[in-house]
Amino acid sequence: MNEATSISTTDAPPPPRVEGTDALVRVRDLKMHFPVTEGAFVSRVVAHVKAVDGIDFDIRRGETLGLVGESGCGKTTTGRCILQLENATDGEIWFDGQDLNRLNKVEMRPLRQRIQVIFQDPYSSLNPRMKIGQIIAEPMMVHGIIDEADERDARVRELLDLCGLNPKFADRYPHEMSGGQRQRVGIARALAVNPEFIICDEAVSALDVSIQAQVINLLEDLRDEFDLTYLFISHDLSVVHHLCHRVAVMYLGHIVELAETEELFRNPLHPYTQALLEAVPIPDPTVEKARAHQIIKGEIPSPINPPPGCVFHPRCPMSVDGCSVNMPAFREATPGHWVACTEV
Amino acid sequence: MSDVTTEQLEEIRDRPGLLSQIATFARKQPLGTGGAVVVILYVLMAIFAPYLTAFDPTANSYDSQFVAPNAQFPMGTDEWGRDILTRVLYGSRTALFVGFTCAIVGSTVGLVLGVGSAYFGGIVDLIFQRIMDVFMAFPLIIMALAIVSITQSLQVSPESSVYFVIIAITLPLIPNCARVVRSSALAIREIPYVDAARANGFSDTRIILRHMVPNVMAPYLIMITAFVGQAILLEASLSFLGLGVQDPVPAWGLMLRNAQEFIRTEPWIAIWPGVAITLGVFGFNLFGDAVRDALDPKLRSQ
Repeated sequence: MNEATSISTTDAPPPPRVEGTDALVRVRDLKMHFPVTEGAFVSRVVAHVKAVDGIDFDIRRGETLGLVGESGCGKTTTGRCILQLENATDGEIWFDGQDLNRLNKVEMRPLRQRIQVIFQDPYSSLNPRMKIGQIIAEPMMVHGIIDEADERDARVRELLDLCGLNPKFADRYPHEMSGGQRQRVGIARALAVNPEFIICDEAVSALDVSIQAQVINLLEDLRDEFDLTYLFISHDLSVVHHLCHRVAVMYLGHIVELAETEELFRNPLHPYTQALLEAVPIPDPTVEKARAHQIIKGEIPSPINPPPGCVFHPRCPMSVDGCSVNMPAFREATPGHWVACTEV
Repeated sequence: MSDVTTEQLEEIRDRPGLLSQIATFARKQPLGTGGAVVVILYVLMAIFAPYLTAFDPTANSYDSQFVAPNAQFPMGTDEWGRDILTRVLYGSRTALFVGFTCAIVGSTVGLVLGVGSAYFGGIVDLIFQRIMDVFMAFPLIIMALAIVSITQSLQVSPESSVYFVIIAITLPLIPNCARVVRSSALAIREIPYVDAARANGFSDTRIILRHMVPNVMAPYLIMITAFVGQAILLEASLSFLGLGVQDPVPAWGLMLRNAQEFIRTEPWIAIWPGVAITLGVFGFNLFGDAVRDALDPKLRSQ
């Protein structure tokens, strides 16, 4: 721990590129390239899957940042890198003054208590052989938050109640509960260690719409009650619109646009964001029919061999000659509205 | 939230009791139940051997050599005048002791190696698996023979010879279990609850023992039940070849070995231990197959 602190003091964080100084999380040029190997005995790397290829963003204390994009664009990998479940290829992840990518396992442990995660699939994120009470109590025990078993049980019941579950569920097994109830258990487990920052990795995508709304409301209530900071990874734009303060749009391992939620939904600058927002249907058949859809052509390219220049140029309706040569810089088009496109 | 009522939950929790589960097993697995009955009979035989016979399994008696089965000696006597029924009964102790010890120790070591190998992955996995490959390249009996030949040169007493037999049988069983468990553990390693445990900074030991091992119990139990029969047969084979348990310890394989000379004139000396081995291994294998079918739904349709 001492060593960890000394790292943060000797290596000053880089100058903020995206946001002010009150950032809790600061991601700089994060890259996660997974090697593709060939050969049975002597394996050699033949290519890299560039799941995340140099992204920058900040999350302010108490803020909810939405991270949206289609499947395979690197949203989840970004979350896993912050959680240190993957060893990032390059880049920096500053959390409250410490670069997580430079910490070893022991130095990371106290920080793991402050960074928690809620997974997408409520069925596979709970160990089927453990009771709900044990699942929630285990992190408290390991992190030494409550050492007394009785007090821990009381706290488990309190957390269940907080998450809208019957405290009696502590004696149940996960298979005895519904998806929504399990997701609430997942939230209770994340809260058990009093975290500051929670990564919600598609936390409501696997739930029914009615249950989704309840869980979103729960997440909002908890955010207000405990001053939580969220990274909300999702592909559901309406959920992101409702819950997030700012939104980052990812495409093929890059962040193409980042802005305040209202600004982004009202005035999308990047052609990909525009296409993404236009794909959201309007719940009125006459309006929906009359709308001029700008459908982007083709398929998302493979992250193994991403297009040169701007990764979006092969599908972009606005692309010009220069797009296939230079990667556009991530620039501040209007105050607080960042975009990676030369044509806007 | 559409709250599930307490009554509904009680209903969910009201799962079938042990007795009705056994009844279901018996109905779905008639052969396996037959196997289970044999297993239970053998266990009872081993436990109550001293109460089932009046004779000493190792004491020689020169006035009752080669007696054919009669009222006093239901299975006859052997060349040293020892009651064969008594030796068959006590032989079950040797067989089950070796069978269960090898199966449990072999599977458990395999479980730890398999889960550890899958969890750590990378170079650890590679090294473990290549060592396992080397072990698996030898047929079980050849491997056991090699180990016994090494340990035999140590000149041990007949009573402790059984421990070397156990080592010789356990070692080749380990890679079989490790491999099966590893494949299950590899799948489990990718499940989000293991990620959740890692994201929480739990120690490797805790993740392996609390989160992975309990979820590979099905293949582990299947391997144990399958190994018991195998181990009993291996012990009998080694003893028959003179490399296993040493005289005068009562063991079925050893009894068969000694009966070779007399098989034409006094066949009962060979028949009864042979029946004991055949029935026992058959019973354990049937039971093992039934356990596998009950625990692993994926194999059921095949």
